[in-house]
Amino acid sequence: MTGTILGAPDIGRALTRIAHEILERNEGPESLVLLGIPTRGVPLAQRLAERIAEVEPSFDAHARCGSLDITMYRDDLRSQPTRSIGPTTLPSVGIDDATVVLVDDVLHTGRTIRAALDAIKDEGRPTAVQLAVLVDRGHRELPIRADFVGKNIPTSRSERVHVRLAETDGEDAVTLTGGRA
Amino acid sequence: MKHLLGTQDMSRADATLILDTTAQMAATQEREIRKLPTLRGRTVVNLFFEDSTRTRISFEAAAKRLSADVINFSAKGSSLSKGESLKDTALTLQAMGADAVVIRHWASGAADRLAHSGWMHGAVLNAGDGTHQHPTQALLDAFTMRRHLVDSPEGKGLDGLTVAIVGDVLHSRVAGSNIALLKTLGANVVVVAPPTLLPFGMASRTDISVHYTLDSALEAHDLDAIMMLRVQRERMTGGGSGFFPSPEEYTRLFGLDRARMDRMPDHAIILHPGPMNRGLEISAEAADSPRSVIVEQVSNGVAVRMAALYLLLSGEEAPSE
Amino acid sequence: MSDTAAIVIENASLYGDTTADLVIVDGRIASLDRADAPAGARTLDASGLVALPGLVDIHTHLREPGREDAETIETGSRSAAQGGFVAIHAMANTTPTADTAGVVELVASRGREVGLVDVFPVGAVTVGLEGTQLSEMGAMANSRAQVRMFSDDGKCVHDPVLMRRALEYVKTFDGVIAQHAQDPRLTEGAQMHEGLVSAELGLAGWPAVAEESIIARDVLLAGHVGSRLHVCHLSTAGSVDIIRWAKAKGIDVTAEVMPHHLLLTDESVRGYDPRFKVNPPLRTQEDVDAVRAGLADGTIDVVATDHAPHPDEDKDCEWGAAAMGMIGLETALGIVQKTMVDTGALSWRDVARVMSTTPASIGRDAEHGRPLEVGEPANITLVDPAAAWTVEPSATASRSNNSPFGGIELPGRAVATFLRGRPTYLDVSFEGAFA
Repeated sequence: MTGTILGAPDIGRALTRIAHEILERNEGPESLVLLGIPTRGVPLAQRLAERIAEVEPSFDAHARCGSLDITMYRDDLRSQPTRSIGPTTLPSVGIDDATVVLVDDVLHTGRTIRAALDAIKDEGRPTAVQLAVLVDRGHRELPIRADFVGKNIPTSRSERVHVRLAETDGEDAVTLTGGRA
Repeated sequence: MKHLLGTQDMSRADATLILDTTAQMAATQEREIRKLPTLRGRTVVNLFFEDSTRTRISFEAAAKRLSADVINFSAKGSSLSKGESLKDTALTLQAMGADAVVIRHWASGAADRLAHSGWMHGAVLNAGDGTHQHPTQALLDAFTMRRHLVDSPEGKGLDGLTVAIVGDVLHSRVAGSNIALLKTLGANVVVVAPPTLLPFGMASRTDISVHYTLDSALEAHDLDAIMMLRVQRERMTGGGSGFFPSPEEYTRLFGLDRARMDRMPDHAIILHPGPMNRGLEISAEAADSPRSVIVEQVSNGVAVRMAALYLLLSGEEAPSE
Repeated sequence: MSDTAAIVIENASLYGDTTADLVIVDGRIASLDRADAPAGARTLDASGLVALPGLVDIHTHLREPGREDAETIETGSRSAAQGGFVAIHAMANTTPTADTAGVVELVASRGREVGLVDVFPVGAVTVGLEGTQLSEMGAMANSRAQVRMFSDDGKCVHDPVLMRRALEYVKTFDGVIAQHAQDPRLTEGAQMHEGLVSAELGLAGWPAVAEESIIARDVLLAGHVGSRLHVCHLSTAGSVDIIRWAKAKGIDVTAEVMPHHLLLTDESVRGYDPRFKVNPPLRTQEDVDAVRAGLADGTIDVVATDHAPHPDEDKDCEWGAAAMGMIGLETALGIVQKTMVDTGALSWRDVARVMSTTPASIGRDAEHGRPLEVGEPANITLVDPAAAWTVEPSATASRSNNSPFGGIELPGRAVATFLRGRPTYLDVSFEGAFA
């Protein structure tokens, strides 16, 4: 399987569905905050927050959405070139006693999410942490699963999933490349 | 970046990266839990051949907040009493598995020598070598100035700002590092010192404005920042070797007092690398005024050293030289 | 191989300008024609080689007695022979100081035992090089070592009264004071030449004026008392001007320059590699140009090495803790060729003057620096001006390897050295030549 997996309309529908699922699961938006993991988790979190606000006008999308940089919590810093550190911006309402929905583009080994859980722990003490991802491509290396998934895409390890978003890349698309020919 | 030895050869891109990373580190230091797991399992050695409690504890705090193991190695031995050689110390640290060595040494060039002699493999951070360089001090000064004087500072330098450095430029590694970094970041540099305390050739440099009294510098420039250097007591006198006649005369010509402070633009800030000689190079009024960012320099020092340690130690191991 | 066997050096280029043979019998040049060679003489083909009067170094540190870990009279002599030298003047800053007849006789006699070069001890001007009391220069002059050159080298004879007395006193025995010109107050803690590079590197400066002010004072003193003065390791453009002025005034002054001051500048210090730490320090390109010009026009009289061996631990360390000095006996000739001969500034005949004739004359070495003529002592250096080589510091015969020239290519070198007719060094290319 190679080529475009999700187009812009697919991504839009998936995010709308996830927004509804988040509201259903949590019985409303009262204690919800969304934290995007840079780079592409941040605009995804903003889009989800806007969709939630469309359904629940009491939800202040701006105040309840932030970004969580996990670079300094990674366990693979030594095997990569030095990464520059992105900003962490917590929602203005804070995360203590909130239900935090972590948002990322692709769920793969689970190590990024492990790092994010450690980072959240140092930022405050939420009541619960949930995970929303646009794509789950499998190959987990840790006991981590997503609560909300846009699309499950079975992949081989050698394939690469690319998420492109209008905010960062000029267009919305999920593509798959590589793999054993 | 493999080592942080000085600012003279530092590119603008590297300098900006360090300052931007410092901003992120500084943000983590405003949280309740300030410790990060980033350098877990890495060993940072503070190797001090010269006493400097301030610099040592700043590096120590930086390393510990990044969860590195810190070993403090106070190597006795001065230019007068040669103790264990730098080479043997380096071999010892290599055997202990030091990933980074923070070195303070009385000899100019000691950090360069440690980095390039082949005695050890780890990253070397220069915490002050003789009268040569003290790069993290210059970086923390630049970070402090950028934060106060530049709008939305991320990714930016100090372009167009005018910064005066006042005092013993000849013996000051802080001045040496600051002048080079300020030029790299686009600032105008004004140096104020008696001719006896200027490095050879500086007065004829065309890229620096040199003044022999503070009043003439204040007259000629609208300063955005002024950096007062510490006057070392041993420079004052010494049987014909004094660099100026008396502390009183120094204060009259170079001291920053209320009147001189008031001649600077309203937004101008006051820096001092510490420890201060109150009443000598800076009056209490100036040191404690709202313009003074001297205390903030200390906290920024921890953040800038965290950034340096992160950038030197987090990535793939650089190929050895 | 008997030391006294006759040797014929065939087809040598004497002084680089006259092709002739050198027939050596009983340690002297017996003829310039191989036809005169006695039966059974060994021959050596010197085609393409330049023959010079054996080189004389008037500024060598042999370290023995006291620092035999750095150099001994034997290793230093071997290094000298390998560099083309037949005579060297051993400086007095040993432990104990060469300030008594006993020490200078010991050095001279050890030199004779080794027998590779003539070792002429230099006597200290002041007791213990302390600069306070004249040493017994008369006793050293009258000892078996026959000392004629006196120097506190390593330290300056700073006290002007003491310097005046020393200049006057050595007239008794036709001696000379060789001054290490360095004002001690202007160079306290000095680490390198004071200039833009020292400012950038944060190393305490050694200003040119600290050398020039002492030279100016001393030429005036020498003129005033009518004495002979020799200036050690002149290194600055200003010093060249002062010597030129003094000579024009008729003052009896001679001056030496070191190979490293002909080739290297303070830019070499940038890496803080202590092999470039030397006293007087490496100067600027302007100074290099001036000392080359001074050597070319005769203002500077001689090239001397200031061969200064140091053990590894004194160089494999941080700059501030490192010892000053560099070895140079084996590289001197190649550097002079590179900087002076190949640039057209000096002929080989001039090299003979600045590295043999004049130094021997300053040191009053009667049997050295003699012309390559019949009847003269067979002290001869053969130079291969086309034997380019890359300096490898660890390959030296010296006990120390603190050369700053590692990796530098030099155009030529000494390939054979004869002391009173006896080969004291033969390049590997001559292996079997005497078979």
